[in-house]
Amino acid sequence: MSAGSRTSDVPLLAARGLTRRYRGSDAPALDGVALVVGAGRRVAVVGESGAGKSTLTRLLLGLERPDAGEVTYRGRPVHPGRPRSLHWFRRAVQVVPQDTGRSLNPRMRVGDAVAEPLRCLRVAGDHRARVAELLLAVGLDPDAATRLPHEFSGGQRQRIALARALAPRPEVLIADEPVSALDAAVRLQVVDLLREIGDAEGVALLVVSHDLGVVSALCSDVVVLAGGRVVEAGPVDRVLTDPASREARALVTAVPRLVLT
Amino acid sequence: MSDGFPLLQVRALTVGFGGRTVVSGVSFDVAAGERVALVGASGSGKTLTTLALLGLLPPDAVVTGSVRVERTEVVGAPERELRPLRGPVTALVPQDPGTSLNPQVRVGRQVAAPLRRTGTGRRAAAVRAGELLAEMRLPAGTDRRFPVQLSGGQRQRAALAMALAGSPRLLVADEPTSALDATAQHGVLAALGRATRERGAGLLLVTHDLAAAATTCDRVLVLDEGRLLADGPLHQVLAGHDHPAVRALVEATAALSPPALVGAR
Repeated sequence: MSAGSRTSDVPLLAARGLTRRYRGSDAPALDGVALVVGAGRRVAVVGESGAGKSTLTRLLLGLERPDAGEVTYRGRPVHPGRPRSLHWFRRAVQVVPQDTGRSLNPRMRVGDAVAEPLRCLRVAGDHRARVAELLLAVGLDPDAATRLPHEFSGGQRQRIALARALAPRPEVLIADEPVSALDAAVRLQVVDLLREIGDAEGVALLVVSHDLGVVSALCSDVVVLAGGRVVEAGPVDRVLTDPASREARALVTAVPRLVLT
Repeated sequence: MSDGFPLLQVRALTVGFGGRTVVSGVSFDVAAGERVALVGASGSGKTLTTLALLGLLPPDAVVTGSVRVERTEVVGAPERELRPLRGPVTALVPQDPGTSLNPQVRVGRQVAAPLRRTGTGRRAAAVRAGELLAEMRLPAGTDRRFPVQLSGGQRQRAALAMALAGSPRLLVADEPTSALDATAQHGVLAALGRATRERGAGLLLVTHDLAAAATTCDRVLVLDEGRLLADGPLHQVLAGHDHPAVRALVEATAALSPPALVGAR
C-alpha cells in the first residue's frame, strides 16, 4: 500500500471550528464543526436538508474557504487556492459524486474519464494499465474504457465514477449521497462495492447522506449535523439505535421501515 | 363507483417504442379508495405504465390494450376526452416539485388553479387553496410564497395540495419522495396516506422504496422488465414471493434499513 500507516489511530482528514456564513442569511450555515476521519475508517455525516452537509463537504474538499476554523490533512493545512497548490491534497482526497448522469462528461470515453485525474494531478506511471486495473476492481470489463457514459446504467456509471476517484490512489474518499440516484437493488450493490473497496485498498470513507440505511450498512462512525452544528457523534451502532440528541432521534424515527413478519 | 366497476381497470396494457416493448401485457384493477403501490427497479416500466393511465405517453409510443378510468377508455382517446378526467377524476403528484411547480407563480394561485378551471370563483378558490395548504401542515402564509421560498418537502406537500384541489378520486404519485431527505419523506408520505384515507380517494404510489410503500399502501403490484410479477396484499406478497426479482428487492430493502431503535419493536 502507499504512503504511511493504515491503522485507525492516524488522523487523516480533520476539521476544527469550521464556521461559514453566507451573505443574506442570519444563521451561519456551519458553526464550529469539528470532525476527524482516521485511516481506514468509514465516517458518515447525516442531517436534514439545510443542516449544513453540503457546506461542510465543500469546506472539507478545499473548494471554499471557512470564515473561521481549519481543515487539515495529516496535520497540514488545506487552503483553497490555485489548483496546482492543492495537487498534493487532491491525490490524497478524492470525491465520488452524487449524480453520475451529470458528473461524467458525456462526450469523453470512459477510459479517458478515469485517466483524467492521473493526468491532471501529474501522477506518474502507465495510465492505460492503471485504468484497466481500476475498471476490473469496480467490477467492470476493461473494454468499458472505449465506450461512452450513456452506454451504461446508473449503477455502472456510479462504478465508473468510483474507479475515477480511486485512480490517484487516495487515502480518503468523500462520497456525497453516492447512491441516492439508484434504486434499492443497485443501491445495495454499490454500497457493498464501496465497503469492499474501502477494505481492499485501505481507503477511508466520508459519506455524506440523509439515508440512514446506507449509513448503517456502510459506516463505522456517524456525525449528526443540525442547524450547522454537530449535535451528536459516535459509533453508528449506538447513535442510530439509541440517539442521545433530540435531532438525531427525530432523524431516526422518520425513516420508513419495512417490517415483514 | 357504486355499480361495481373499478375506479381503474387496466387490461393487457402494452407500451413500446420503435419495436422495443417496455410494458408488456399488464392487467390490474384499483377499486375506489384503495391504496396500491406500484414497485419495481429502474427501467421496470413503472413510469410508462403510470403515464399510460393518465394518457400522457409521448406521441411516438405504441400502446395496445385497455385502460379504463371510471369506464372511460384512455388508450387512443383524443385529448378533449381526457381533459375532463384530469383534476376531478385523476390527479398526478409529480416526482420533482422543483420542476413541476411554476417558479413565477405564488403557491396559493397554483393550488387554486384546478378549482378556477372548473368554475370556482377567485375568492372561494383562494380560500380553499389556503385550507388545502393548511391541511398539508404548511405554515400560514405559504399561499403568498413562491416555490423557491419553500423547502423540497414543503414544495412536494404544496404539489399534493394542488393535486387534491380538484377532489380527484384517484391520486397517482410518481416517486413523490425520491428527491427528499428522510424527514421530509416522512412528512409527504404521512400527508399522502392521511389525505387519501380521509377522502376515500384511491392512491397509486409509484416507488422503488418498499418501506415507503409499506407505510402508505395495503396492496402492492411488482413490475419487472415490463411484466407484472405479483399483485396482492403488500405484506403477503413481499414475505411470500419466490421470484428472484421480488426477493432481490426485499433483501436490498432489508439490508439497507437502519437498525431498530432501542426500546422499539
